[in-house]
Amino acid sequence: MRKRLKLLTAVAVVMIMLFAAACSNGSGGGGGGTTQSGGGGGSQSKDKIVLGFAQVGAESGWRTANTESIKQAAADAGIELKFSDAQQKQENQIKAIRSFIQQKVDVIAFSPVVESGWETVLQEAKEAGIPVVLTDRAIDSDDDSLYASFIGSDFVEEGRRAGRWLLEQFKDAKEPVKIVELQGTTGSAPAIDRKAGFEEIIKENPNLQIIASQTGDFTRAKGKEVMQSFLQAYPDIDVLYAHNDDMGLGAIQAIEAAGLVPGKDIIIITVDAVRDGMQAAAEGKINFIVECNPLLGPQLMEIVKDIVAGKEVPKRIAVEESTFTSEEAKAALPDRKY
Amino acid sequence: MWTRISKHHLFWPLVALLLLLLFNAVYNPGFFAIRVQSGHLYGSLIDILNFGSPLMLVAIGMTLVIATGGIDLSVGSMVAISGAMACLMISRSADQNSLGAVILAIALALGLSILLGLWNGLLVAGAGIQPIIATLILMVAGRGIAQLITSGQIITINSDPYRYIGMGWLLMLPFSIFIVAIVWLFTAWITRKTALGLFIESVGANPTASRLAGIGSRTVLLAVYMFCALCAGIAGLIVSSNVSGADGNNAGLWYELDAILAVVIGGTALTGGRFYLSGTIVGALIIQTLTTTIYTIGVPPEITLVVKALVVFAVCLIQSENFRGLFLSARRSRRVPADREVSRHA
Repeated sequence: MRKRLKLLTAVAVVMIMLFAAACSNGSGGGGGGTTQSGGGGGSQSKDKIVLGFAQVGAESGWRTANTESIKQAAADAGIELKFSDAQQKQENQIKAIRSFIQQKVDVIAFSPVVESGWETVLQEAKEAGIPVVLTDRAIDSDDDSLYASFIGSDFVEEGRRAGRWLLEQFKDAKEPVKIVELQGTTGSAPAIDRKAGFEEIIKENPNLQIIASQTGDFTRAKGKEVMQSFLQAYPDIDVLYAHNDDMGLGAIQAIEAAGLVPGKDIIIITVDAVRDGMQAAAEGKINFIVECNPLLGPQLMEIVKDIVAGKEVPKRIAVEESTFTSEEAKAALPDRKY
Repeated sequence: MWTRISKHHLFWPLVALLLLLLFNAVYNPGFFAIRVQSGHLYGSLIDILNFGSPLMLVAIGMTLVIATGGIDLSVGSMVAISGAMACLMISRSADQNSLGAVILAIALALGLSILLGLWNGLLVAGAGIQPIIATLILMVAGRGIAQLITSGQIITINSDPYRYIGMGWLLMLPFSIFIVAIVWLFTAWITRKTALGLFIESVGANPTASRLAGIGSRTVLLAVYMFCALCAGIAGLIVSSNVSGADGNNAGLWYELDAILAVVIGGTALTGGRFYLSGTIVGALIIQTLTTTIYTIGVPPEITLVVKALVVFAVCLIQSENFRGLFLSARRSRRVPADREVSRHA
């Protein structure tokens, strides 16, 4: 009996190893962990720029497009990319940045998972003489010498755009308009800023009231669950404002389950404009999408080259973005890359 | 009579659940309202059952593992793996709506789950590694496996037969509730109507003594870990079907902790031995009701976890015989702790 079990254990170990190996061959290194696109680990060729990039994770379609843009742009620009996936945890990102410092990369770029708590590790990078570029999300620090540049969307402006559209739609409203809000991950820059920008605009009209606001963690499952509870607790919701498309898509399922028509009974505004979101907008289920452009790879590579060449770079670079109503989404959908 | 009711192991968990539900009803008078909506029942209570079904499934499996004196930390990861596997197979098939493809995907996902359970069981029973460490391996590696399967992306599928698992309706009720009911009744039947339940409890109470008594404790352990993995696999199907997509990162995140909590609230001790399946179901319902409550009463997201912790703390205090004894000892001079041991089975 005991011998047989030992044998079984050995077989199981081998099978799982084979399974893992087969999977990693098939997926082309898209998953967790640090993957390198070319070049040996320790020794670096002097002529090729090495960029260490610590990504947040793969929590949404937006992030996936962002990752692909950066990988593609690095390959096109002939920059060696060391890519790390933090799986939405700050500690993983700090570890990745430390390992980039040890590997003496030329430039470090990362999208901070949360806004605060970066001083120590960025100070280490500064002391090692490695410039840092923030992408897509900002950090909350008084010392702006910790990073060379920040490329990314202006989340406050995105919130304002969502608010302006809503203000315009309900400018003649005589009765209170009840708004529910699905926030992003608590403490993250897009959640804080999109909320602040939106509130800043809609307070111009006292009829626009946010009656409930909860986090949906930027995921579909949470968005659906929270929206379902909102629908039970507040029977007469007029507007849903979701901080990203995925939560909005989850909420649409909840609204349909309640026997309401998304886009008609409840006006839906989301931010991001990923493919699934644009699809829903074209079908009229989402009324207004504020774009948050993830394709910042080429701009990032330009900055990295300029920094290595010793040129002066601007501290803040905005990404070009637009907005879509249902009709505009229908027209734009065939040409969308992500 | 009163003493008999209050000594029943389900009494205090049910009291906690009722208090939570009543609190909701006071806060939102329409809480208990259930209406018919496009051919099926619709209301907060139905939502709690529907969204709570994955947790109930995971907790049923966890109950048996804990009854053997073990613990399975890898269930959350297995939820993610199973959903990822099923969604990958369906997204690869030529016709996502074909029933055959969906059944094949489900079979593969559940087969993989059982295999992972076998791995856990072999580490615990075969290699003799402590359960908390043995299953920690898969808890950490499992998310990686799930991400390998999904290539780190969210796989979105569009398959009506698959959607039925988590979003379908049968006899006006969510289909997922029936899955839970079947698994629950099957587990109750096999552990209470056959000797298996006694075997599990004896392995948990004293492995050496039960081996000397002729119980194949290794086989029991293997079976229990495989069953727990199967439950997690089914839960994974429901979770991914509910949003028509597999998210390797977030699906089933922290389920292991919620499941352990549900088991403990239900009255099963982490030390193993006697277990209470119905108590576990009530425990899972308490946790899901609490989550729903937090959404509906509008707790700010920043302090959600603190509120949750406080309620769980209160529930555990209500459950604690010693704590209740502090209040009762003034009235009753002598208590008989052994009463609990002879109380009836679930």
